Formats: sequence, structure tokens, C-alpha cells
Amino acid sequence: MAHNARPMNRPLWTPGVLVMLVFMFAGALAIIARFTGGIGYVTNLTHARPWGIWVGIDVATGVALAAGGFTTAALAHIFGRHYYEPVTRPALLTAVLGYTFVVIGLLVDIGRSWAIWKPMFHWNFNSVLFEVAMCVMIYLTVLYIEFLPIVAEQFKGRVNLPGILSKLNNLVDKLLQVADRILGKVMWVFIILGVVLSCMHQSSLGSLMLVAPTKLHPLWYTPILPLLFLTSAIAVGYPMVVFETTLATSSFKLNSEMHILAPLTRITIYLLGVYMVVKVGDMVVRGTWVYLLDGTTQTNAFIVEVLFGVMLPWAMLLFQRVRQSAKGVFFAAALIVGGVVLNRINVFIVGFKPPLSDNGYFPAVSEILVTLGLVAALMFIYRVAVTYLPVLQASKEVRS
Amino acid sequence: MQITRRHFFRFMGAAGASVAVRPPSAHAWQSKAPPDTFGCLVDLTRCVGCRKCEEACATVNGLPEPERADCQCTIFEKNRRPDETAFTVINRYYTGKVDTFDKPVPTYAKVQCMHCQDPACVSACIVGALTKEDTGAVRYDVSKCIGCRYCMVACPFEIPAYEYFDPITPRVMKCTFCQERISKADGLPGCAAICPTEAITFGRRDTLLKVAKKRLKENPGIYLQHIYGEKEVGGTAWMYISSVPFDTVNLPTLPDTPAPKLSETIQHSLFSYLWSPVLLFGVLGAFMARCNQEDHKENNPDKGGV
Repeated sequence: MAHNARPMNRPLWTPGVLVMLVFMFAGALAIIARFTGGIGYVTNLTHARPWGIWVGIDVATGVALAAGGFTTAALAHIFGRHYYEPVTRPALLTAVLGYTFVVIGLLVDIGRSWAIWKPMFHWNFNSVLFEVAMCVMIYLTVLYIEFLPIVAEQFKGRVNLPGILSKLNNLVDKLLQVADRILGKVMWVFIILGVVLSCMHQSSLGSLMLVAPTKLHPLWYTPILPLLFLTSAIAVGYPMVVFETTLATSSFKLNSEMHILAPLTRITIYLLGVYMVVKVGDMVVRGTWVYLLDGTTQTNAFIVEVLFGVMLPWAMLLFQRVRQSAKGVFFAAALIVGGVVLNRINVFIVGFKPPLSDNGYFPAVSEILVTLGLVAALMFIYRVAVTYLPVLQASKEVRS
Repeated sequence: MQITRRHFFRFMGAAGASVAVRPPSAHAWQSKAPPDTFGCLVDLTRCVGCRKCEEACATVNGLPEPERADCQCTIFEKNRRPDETAFTVINRYYTGKVDTFDKPVPTYAKVQCMHCQDPACVSACIVGALTKEDTGAVRYDVSKCIGCRYCMVACPFEIPAYEYFDPITPRVMKCTFCQERISKADGLPGCAAICPTEAITFGRRDTLLKVAKKRLKENPGIYLQHIYGEKEVGGTAWMYISSVPFDTVNLPTLPDTPAPKLSETIQHSLFSYLWSPVLLFGVLGAFMARCNQEDHKENNPDKGGV
């Protein structure tokens, strides 16, 4: 291996993990309520506002924040910057989990969860959502294929299933060996495919709202919304890696990986810069800046999004002093992540105002519990995965 | 990564050939509206708010009886919208119009699915469960629906409603234009058949436009010179004429561009025959092959995991 990722092998049941379990339990209760009383029983959704935080946060934001997976793969594997390989594994794990939970979130949100397979057989090529669904479905498969070698690396030659399953040890081991050998040869196809599929559906998520010109606030409704979604997803990829790597390394008391994170944030200056120029340029060209001082919730949300989610962190990263301090890098990355989260919430929730019968929307408690529960479950599985699988770089462990 | 130039070009050759056979063609967007559809003309100056159409609609479509079906008074105190139990409702508006004694005159306005010529919901539906029929009706096929509710997001008239309290098999509920009835000769939608004041005229859309224009021309003092639905979002099967501005009776001001035009144009020009994904795959593959060769030259084989 070019880098030596290894399982953490730490005690799993820390106080933090127990807190996650509490949230997961609460979320599970809310999900049970949704499948007994209906969507209306647990959410504040109405006929005029059919999409709430389950779509705006669980799906749209989840997809955006999983962008670290394809952006790091592109950098390290396609553009040959092998220096960055240590962060590709945690980023890939985030993407695998992120997309898995996007699908779980969708299963909770759509009215007929059991019919989720139907788009595979009933095609509507005019539907943006159809394209997004196909891409997400194929990409999720690609992500699992990309992740398989990590599992193989850990368990190849030492498969040891418990109890009655132990009879399958040899078979599973052989499958892992074969998969590992074949995948090593064709992995390049999946890596490129992953990047292509990501570019497609990251942008198309923005096209979703183009069909409703009278409902989305003009500050966000622009024909280049797909371009903005794509550039923001690419821009948030490395900050998300910085954000989660810092959280993981500080939680496991590992070396902070600043030698990799600092140059990543340097690239982010350009990527975020592109997004900022396109976004501000779009506002100037369409003349939507006239709304900026009207004091409505929408406008204020837009100002916060651009000022604190894009401009401030971009300006921060210009300073070498910020880029070289672990705290500075983390803070800037967190702002960028927050900015993209707020952008997706703005496009799908805050900026969405049906003119005839909107009576305001704020998510119900049980609606929030589902979202929190899913996030907690994601973090829990991440924790389990890095504990037992070689994901995190651990060569320079620092003892505290 | 074990990608060699030979591997890569062989792969791309195949991909390229498949694209070359059917070159991407960026057709200009065209309306998919079927020719010679049916429609309804609603004349707001004739509606007296009797709500018989609500009752007929419920009977024809097997819906629960309208809320206080006999009430033509206090029921109007709240502004109602069509929902999962009512495909059409009548609302009362005081728009500032007064009679000769300076008493405010109400205007009653029926709301239902407009059955757009190029419906946003049909374009949006992930599985094609919504279709524009030759009759002009926008039909919902529950057997395909997955419940994503994108149709409700897309609809500029905020019409589709959802059975939010059905946990497993909720349906999208909206006016059917009585598709089965109007498919038969001389069939009328339930509401149009019962209307005692002929406020709802059913017929071929072209004919209705002529009728509307005639009324507008003959009574310029009564009607606003605007047929709502003639051009709104590319035209709708249901159209309105009125003596008061349409936005005062909750008919939204909409652009003439069909709602699906922009998103469909973008999707089809980017993804027809998957030309852009294949091209991107090729460019990235070329980069990967080159970067990988440089590695080999530097005698620094990389077998890094993913």
C-alpha cells in the first residue's frame, strides 16, 4: 500500500457513541410513527409544500457533502497526485455512507417506499428526477465496488465468521480473493465512472427546481442552478474531507494530517473561488441584487449563505497563517460546509415559496428526529467502520 | 491503478463508436401538446357560487360529500384549496367591485386542475405516472407512482394533493377531467354537466377560444380583455374569463413559457445519447492514462488501494 491505513481497534462504546445511540433510537421511533400514521402524522408537510427537510437535508445536502468521495478520487487517482491518497479512504467511506443514507432518507420520505424500484422499469427521460435517481443508484453501486478492496484487505486469508456461519469461511475468503484480484485490474473504470456520475447528478440536483420558476425565490432561481450545484459540490469536497478528518483524528487522538490538509485547502481557494465568481456573477447579470436589502427571511438567508458560507472562508484561506494552523483550516472548512448545507436548505426549503397557499413551513419535532437519527446512525457506522477496517492513516499516532 | 494506454483506448474506441452511430442532436424544444384537445371555459361573471359542481365532482369521482354541501354562505369565509378529498372547490372573493348601490359584489371562482397543454407535473414525474391524454386530460396512474411528490413541487397551480395520512399506499389526488366520461361521445365532466348557469362550457379547446373571444368582443364593458389559460405556461385546457383581475381571485400570474421547457432543454442538450458523460469519461481516462505512464517512467509503480 502506498499509505498505511489500519483499523483503529479502540473501544467502540465511548460516551459519544452512546449519545449517537440515543438519537438513533429517537429517530427509529419517529420512523415507526411515519410508517404507522403516515407522512402527515410526523411531518408539517402540506399539499403546497411537499418537500421538507427529509429532501432538503437528508437527500440534497447528503449528496452534496458526500462530494469528497469523487473529488479526492479524481485528485489522487485520475490526476495522479498520490500524495493525497491517505485521505481518499475516509472520503470514500463518507461517500459510501452518505449515499446509503440518502437512499434510506428517500425510503422514509417517499409515500410508497416499497415501490422505490419502479423507476428502473418506468422511464421518463424528461424528468430531471429520473436522471438523478438513475445516477444515484449506479453511483451507490460503484461506491460499494470501490470500497470492497478495503474489506478484502482486512479480511483476506483470515475470514472468521461466528457460529454456524463459519462453514462459509472458505467460500467468503475465496470470493474476497477473486474480487480483489479482478477489481485491481478494472478499478480505473469505476473510479472514472464515479466522477462522471457525480458530475451528472450533482448538477442535476440543481435542475430539479428549474421546473418551478414561480415558486423558487429569484435569488436562487437561475438557469445556471445546475452549474452552481456542480461547482459548489466540487468546492465543498475538500473542505468536507478536512472537516471530517480533523474530527476523526482529534477524536482518536491521531496526528492531525496537516501536511495533507493544508495543501488541500490551497486547492479549495481556486475551487471555491470559481463557485463564488459564478454565484456573484449570476446575481449581477440577472440583477437580483435588488432584493438584497428587502429584509425578508429569504434574502437574509441568502446573505448569510454567501457572506459566511463562501466569501468569509474564501478570504480566510488566502492567508497562509490560516492555512497552516489546524484550527484555522478546520474553522474555514466548517464555514464552507455550513455554507453549502445552507445553500441546499435555501434552494429546497427557505427559498421555496408557493405563491397561492404557502402557510410557512417549519419541520415538526418528529421530522427533525428522523433527520438527526439518520445523521447519528451515519456517524455511528463510520465509527464502527474505522474501528474495524483499514480506513484511517495511523502511522504517526500520538499518545496522549 | 492498472490502466494501460492500450486498455484505455480499446475501451474508449467502443464507447466512441456507440456515440458516433447516433450523433447528439440538440433539437429545439417543442411542445408535446396533443392536437385538438378538449377543454373547459369558466366564465366567472356567470358563476353564482351554488357549489353544485363540487357535489357532482364528488359523486362522479367517488369522493366524500363536500364540506357542508348545501351551504352557500359561511363556507366562503375561508379560502379553500382542492385537497385529497375534493378535486374542485369554489371560493368567494370581494375584489372591490360594487353594484349600483355601492354594495360590494362577490366573484366566485372555481379551482381545479388546469390540465396544462405542457404540464410541469408530467415532465417532472420520475416514472411517467402522469400523462397528457389525447382528450386533454392529465391522467394519474397510481400503479406507477412511488410517492416522490415532485409533481406537487412542479405544479404552478399548486393542484396535486397527497394522502399524507396513508402510511403505505398514499395517492396523489387531483381532478381527472372525468377522463372516462369525456372519452365517450357527448360525455361531459361532472361539473360542466351540472352547472345551472352555464358558467362552465365544455368543448374543443380551439372552439372554446373562439367562444371566449366572441364574448370578450361583444361585451367589452364587462370582461377584461384576457383569456386566462390561453397562453399561461404555454396554455391550459381549462380557461377563464372574468370581469375582475385574475390575480384577485387567486389565479396566479404566470409566464407564457411552458414550465418544463427550461429543464427539458438543459437535460436533453446535455444528456441526449449520453454524449457529455461519455466525453467526460474519455477526457478523464486520457488524464489517468497519462499520469499513470509518467509514474511508470519514474519507476514508481503505484498499486494504491482506493
